Amino acid sequence: MSNFVVNESTVILALETSCDETAASVVMGGNDVLSSIVSSQIEIHARFGGVVPEVASRAHMEALIPVMQSAITEAGILPSRIDAVAATAGPGLIGALLVGVSAAKSLALVWDKPFIGVNHLEAHLYAGLLDDPTLQFPLVVLLVSGGHTMIIEMRGHGDYTVLGRTIDDAAGEAYDKVARYLDLGYPGGPVIDRIASQGNAEAIDFPRAMEHDGLNVSFSGLKTSVINYVKKNPDVANVDVAASFQAAVVDVLCTKTIRAAQQIGAKGIVLGGGVSANSLLRAQMSERGAAAGFKVALPSRAMCTDNAAMIAAAAWHRLGADGPSSLSCGAYPNLKLDAVPR
Amino acid sequence: MILGIETSVEHVGVALGDYRGVRAHSMLASDRRHAESLTPMIQFVMQQAEVEMSDLSAVAVDVGPGLFTGMRVGIATAQSIAWALELPMISVCSLDVVAMNAHWSESVVAASLDARRGEVYWALYRMRAIGAEPQRITEPVVSSPEDLAVHLADRGEEIVCVGSGFDRHQEVFQALQWAQFLGASGSYPLATHLVTLAGQRLAADDTVLPGAVEPMYLRAPDAEINWQTRGAAS
Ligand SMILES: [Zn+2]
Repeated sequence: MSNFVVNESTVILALETSCDETAASVVMGGNDVLSSIVSSQIEIHARFGGVVPEVASRAHMEALIPVMQSAITEAGILPSRIDAVAATAGPGLIGALLVGVSAAKSLALVWDKPFIGVNHLEAHLYAGLLDDPTLQFPLVVLLVSGGHTMIIEMRGHGDYTVLGRTIDDAAGEAYDKVARYLDLGYPGGPVIDRIASQGNAEAIDFPRAMEHDGLNVSFSGLKTSVINYVKKNPDVANVDVAASFQAAVVDVLCTKTIRAAQQIGAKGIVLGGGVSANSLLRAQMSERGAAAGFKVALPSRAMCTDNAAMIAAAAWHRLGADGPSSLSCGAYPNLKLDAVPR
Repeated sequence: MILGIETSVEHVGVALGDYRGVRAHSMLASDRRHAESLTPMIQFVMQQAEVEMSDLSAVAVDVGPGLFTGMRVGIATAQSIAWALELPMISVCSLDVVAMNAHWSESVVAASLDARRGEVYWALYRMRAIGAEPQRITEPVVSSPEDLAVHLADRGEEIVCVGSGFDRHQEVFQALQWAQFLGASGSYPLATHLVTLAGQRLAADDTVLPGAVEPMYLRAPDAEINWQTRGAAS
């Protein structure tokens, strides 16, 4: 039980440094975003073709103070107005996580305010609620990013079940690998999405793995089919490969998510994670979800990708439900969705 | 009152002090759990010494070279405290702090820390008056222990050797004439020495803003090195 009274005027400063974005945000009452600053490292990692942990940790150090300062300045508040400080404690890159956790615990100590270590996966679920407060439980959340592909039942605050997940590559990872093979650059998601709109999605019939089989998904076989197809047909247009690959990914994600929503009798479907910024996924999920009778919430692109406003929103609920985390909280690179960092 | 934070090696250390000397300190051989230990240790040391946040006038931190993760935990912590309290910072090189373990020496002092992968971080110093900052003769570098041994032998003078770099590669330095090894008593940088050095710097107004404090890595990330080698080869 928590002794902390959390209400509409509770102001939380949150930090997010789990991967390749250094972010800070000030949120009031769990949903009023006063500021949300994101400093992206995408360009720094592009030449390596993926996120390099040591490079990421160094970049977080450089961005930390300026990003925190901007979040306070843009929120237009004095630091004395902050009631609690939160940071992503996992999952993520350990060296990167430690930067945000160390900073947030220090601020909590100096200001004598509670510290909350936040589960990054849980925070992605709150990103959808931040953008659409009218959503009602139970919800099915499709969480798709470079590191995760999960279909989650959200029955209430802090009450989740993972219904399905990838058994191999994350969706974003499959995009990156295919883009690298086609020599399209990094990150793969945006570039494939862009050129796919110029191609024919029915040009190649790539397999939909495990389509009739439960709620788990698999993308490793699809990636291999793409590579094999291009090897056998070297003259094929990249735009057609991209369009057909994207159609297969999106088809599987929509089929499984809607199936999950039907199984649990969901009141809505919410997208989250970087891949949910994908234009075809947004269009298809809206159309097919609505046809199946579900309200489909598409958070803004800024809320889909990693940000600290969602960390603050999750922290607000956690502080009210469980109270603060300890100042001896560390970083937990493999934290599971239902684990609460103490 | 200066808060000093020392996390550049396996240990976590916190000290409080001013121009009169060290007021309180704590050290934990943390086995690299720097982040878990550091914040509670700062809280503990300040409570025991009855020092309030408002009593602090500067925050000092060891910026390395050392363990990258440890350094970052210490620096992010120190920066955030200084930023929130609007205090100046003093960034101190780990080798300067290690050299303080031989502050009494009248000979040249070689300070070296284990850099792993068969390398050592090192710099040479001449000690001045007690409590005063050691004077650097050479700037901090990373090299093989063999290169350091050759450098020391070439000086042809008496040298006091301190730090884990010498402990780790004893066999390389054994043959050195004129070398005196401090051994375990001088292996690591201590938060108490960090605060003593920081006191001198603060008195000399040699401080920086929190956003300007930078880790001293001395070594590029592996990916960077591979990328540059690949670029040079193609
Ligand atoms: Zn994420």
